[in-house]
Amino acid sequence: MIGIVNYGAGNIFSLTAALDRIHVQYGMINRKEEFDRYDRIIIPGVGHAGAAMHKLRDTGLVETILALDKPVLGICVGMQLLTAFSEEGEADLLSIVPLKTLHFDKRIDNKVPHMGWNSIHVENSHPLFRDIADNAYFYFVHSYFIEFDTAYTLAQCTYGLTFSASLQKDNFFGVQFHPEKSGKYGEQLLLNFSSIVL
Amino acid sequence: MLAKRIIPCLDVKDGRTVKGVNFVDLRDAGDPVELAWQYSEQGADELVFLDITATHEKRKTTIELVKAVARQVNIPFTIGGGINELADADILLNSGADKISINSAAVRNPQLIDDLARAFGTQFVVVAVDTRLIDGRNYVHLRGGRDKTEIETEHWIREAEDRGAGEILLTSMDHDGTKNGFDNALLKKINEQLHIPLIASGGAGNSQHFVDVFQQSNVDAALAASVFHYGEILIPELKETLKAEGIVVR
Repeated sequence: MIGIVNYGAGNIFSLTAALDRIHVQYGMINRKEEFDRYDRIIIPGVGHAGAAMHKLRDTGLVETILALDKPVLGICVGMQLLTAFSEEGEADLLSIVPLKTLHFDKRIDNKVPHMGWNSIHVENSHPLFRDIADNAYFYFVHSYFIEFDTAYTLAQCTYGLTFSASLQKDNFFGVQFHPEKSGKYGEQLLLNFSSIVL
Repeated sequence: MLAKRIIPCLDVKDGRTVKGVNFVDLRDAGDPVELAWQYSEQGADELVFLDITATHEKRKTTIELVKAVARQVNIPFTIGGGINELADADILLNSGADKISINSAAVRNPQLIDDLARAFGTQFVVVAVDTRLIDGRNYVHLRGGRDKTEIETEHWIREAEDRGAGEILLTSMDHDGTKNGFDNALLKKINEQLHIPLIASGGAGNSQHFVDVFQQSNVDAALAASVFHYGEILIPELKETLKAEGIVVR
């Protein structure tokens, strides 16, 4: 069963709806004792990374998250929180993955936000991307990106530059796109996460 | 590569789709949720619902509709109509809408764009603009193109972007309903000035019109209603045509 960290950063209706569609059970985590009820954790998030980090700190759940050894999936801003730092709000983040979250502005000529369906490339096959075609399209909406790094990047995407569409460090996973809005492949990814074995 | 988006638009009144729909395999052509699901299965990249519900009391029906769509459809969708203040947008966001679209309300109160962008993020705010060419200049029109304003379209779009719009949905009222193609020249001009995505609307009659609008104006997305609803253009075939022309689609 998946526990969703409920720290008030954006609406989670779409995420729970997607989990309902694929018949994966879930519950909300508001207090640290509630982590024990679940074998997998999702950290959602939309909006401002700095503000999201503030909200997460306010919940008092940060220490527990850092100590987790079960599979954790950060989605969009929830993935950015796993990195060390974001230019959005010049914020120090969880530092689980030693990478930075940077602004697209001034680094590329393309329109910002990066909004719409873009294809991702999975370098080495990985259980998170089981039954998902290489160069499959996923739905992105973001103005900040996580650097590409061969040590942590599971899937890369290109928009003016190449960035991490998905990353992993140990039991922590992240996706920049919105699987809950990415059609059948998005649902497949959530299903894969729900059965992932470390 | 970022794909060009194809967006069917559904007009909804009191929770039911209006305008005829001609899908053979639909059980209930008036059910926006079933129609939305069909479109997502066919490969639509996104959906726009335009709520033309007459009375305030019926807004509850719209909220229920948004929830039902969010539950059953796995692609992003925008809802427009009846959004005049932050509270209207807030309830739609929490009901599962990915974006909201504002039109006349933004023209009457431009500050609404700033407020929505600050409260919910720019990615949530689509500013829809209806334009008509008069004496060689494009002017913003309200009430589905009936009421002319003194605001020049280009100026208004630039202002909307500056205030925090995340996307512009531009409908040419001169082209809308003609099925003679999009207003590619205007769209190209506007698109070159914008730093946010532009959705073209008005004039789609066949697949070639979509090829033309992407090749000539380089807009990010193209929207149409009746040609999809009546099955005159089938999305899988449209995508094949676009691909064959070298346009990146999902």
